[in-house]
Amino acid sequence: MRRRLSVPWFILLPAGLVLLWHAAVTEHWVTEGIIPAPAQVLKSWHTWIFGSGATMLSPYSGTWLDNVAYSGQRVLQGFALAALAAIPLGLMIGWNRLAARLIDPTVQLLRPVPITAWLPFAIAVFGIYDASALFLIGLGAFYPIVVNTTHGVRDTNLLLLRAARMMGAGPGTVLAKVVFPSALPSIFTGLRLGVGVAWTAVIVAEMIAVKSGLGYVLWDAYYVGRMDICVATMFSVGLLGFVSDRVIVWASRLLLRWRTLEAHV
Amino acid sequence: MIEIAGVWKEFAKGERRVLALQDIDLQVAPQEFAAILGPSGCGKSTLLNMVAGFDHPTRGTVRAGGEAILEPSPKRAVVFQEPALFPWYSVMENVVFGPKTQGQPAAEYRARAAQIIEQVGLKGFEASYPAELSGGMRQRVGIARVLIMQPEILLMDEPFGSLDAQTRSLMQELLLQVWERHHQTVLFVTHDIEEALLLADRVCVMTARPGRIKKSIQVRIPRPRAIEVTTSPEFNDLRREVLALIREESQRAATEAA
Ligand SMILES: Nc1ncnc2c1ncn2[C@@H]1O[C@H](COP(=O)(O)OP(=O)(O)OP(=O)(O)O)[C@@H](O)[C@H]1O
Ligand SMILES: [Mg+2]
Repeated sequence: MRRRLSVPWFILLPAGLVLLWHAAVTEHWVTEGIIPAPAQVLKSWHTWIFGSGATMLSPYSGTWLDNVAYSGQRVLQGFALAALAAIPLGLMIGWNRLAARLIDPTVQLLRPVPITAWLPFAIAVFGIYDASALFLIGLGAFYPIVVNTTHGVRDTNLLLLRAARMMGAGPGTVLAKVVFPSALPSIFTGLRLGVGVAWTAVIVAEMIAVKSGLGYVLWDAYYVGRMDICVATMFSVGLLGFVSDRVIVWASRLLLRWRTLEAHV
Repeated sequence: MIEIAGVWKEFAKGERRVLALQDIDLQVAPQEFAAILGPSGCGKSTLLNMVAGFDHPTRGTVRAGGEAILEPSPKRAVVFQEPALFPWYSVMENVVFGPKTQGQPAAEYRARAAQIIEQVGLKGFEASYPAELSGGMRQRVGIARVLIMQPEILLMDEPFGSLDAQTRSLMQELLLQVWERHHQTVLFVTHDIEEALLLADRVCVMTARPGRIKKSIQVRIPRPRAIEVTTSPEFNDLRREVLALIREESQRAATEAA
């Protein structure tokens, strides 16, 4: 038997793209000075993270972690608020016909309004403070979570509901022991989509409504012509989004052990 | 005691109306084992669901123990056609769901659960999840979780329909043993003539849709029964009688559909 070599296939495409990028800059396929070379981005990113040792204060020296913390905290808070509001509300809309009639139409009407369109409103109401950012992040993450929770609840197998009632479960027990676990996979789908929106929202909010965080750096670096920092920021946000998604997937694996047994892969 | 009196059931969705049951009168005495036999789509599940309290008649009354049935109750335990287990619970958690939900002391139902799990042949699988079990094993969990509640009334909707022949006869013997010990009132829906005759005190044959009770036949085969009775001459006579009734109905259903 031959031992399978574990070739890291996933590395091939990104490596090719970086090579292409490098060639495009060094071979002057693109106008000089607009797009920084990969090595330049890496160097600036390194300085941005670890500092340069120079005494002169630069906004792009050793400040990376602070900005990550600002953005990360906003995402975490906004996302937590969204989940805390959206999951119970989704359970209500999916479970109770009256709640559905009362709340669902409003949610569906507001949902198509892009969160970017809420920006002026948020700034007018909350000012150039964290509250603006939290409002936008929370609102953006809220919709996918509430919609998926509702969907999950409505998908609960009728036979399981009957089985629970036949075994003496009242409405509370049915909700907690049957409807909620049954909707949990859908809820996690909502959370994954929600955290993606939260990162989009935090960048938009920081570009305009608050004066700190990765979104602020991104816009500011653009203004002062530091494209290398812009690209480094893009990578940073991508990385953080990826990590937060993995965290949710990991949590769902932990909580939905029974489901991985049922899956076909 | 189950009393079904003058029950009609019509399903209406917009303009479409389906008359599923027409004027059903049926009584199941306390400790009686009654089977319902009928062609597919004749309304057997509909009838059982109303006794369970999942659905209500369009006309007529359904009572249990003298009281009108308004909602499901652990007194009327149901074994469904599909296992309908909670996939997020282990075998043990599924089995103790009833007593736990009803607030019985854990020490007491845990011991009973272990005993019943052994009885249905699932010892060693207490920690397994439904997805890790075969179809027959799942169905046995569905039976165990109902037996642990010690219900006065057992409602079974083709509980062994999806099992292979061997497992089915094992399950039938298990049910006979349990019933001969506890004498619950049983309403047992099935397609299978032999199964009905083997298990029941009385077999009610239903007509094709709209379902009515065509004939009720007493099964006077002495108990305790075992699979062997299915080869006796009196069993054969009953089988022939019921088969003729069923065949009439299947033909009628087929010609009406055509
Ligand atoms: N919820 C429903 N809405 C509309 N029609 C229904 C509904 N449930 C059952 N019916 C109709 O009522 C009739 C009886 O259905 P039922 O499920 O009781 O049949 P059954 O005797 O249990 O059949 P089977 O042996 O195939 O399980 C069928 O014609 C079916 O189409
Ligand atoms: Mg049926």
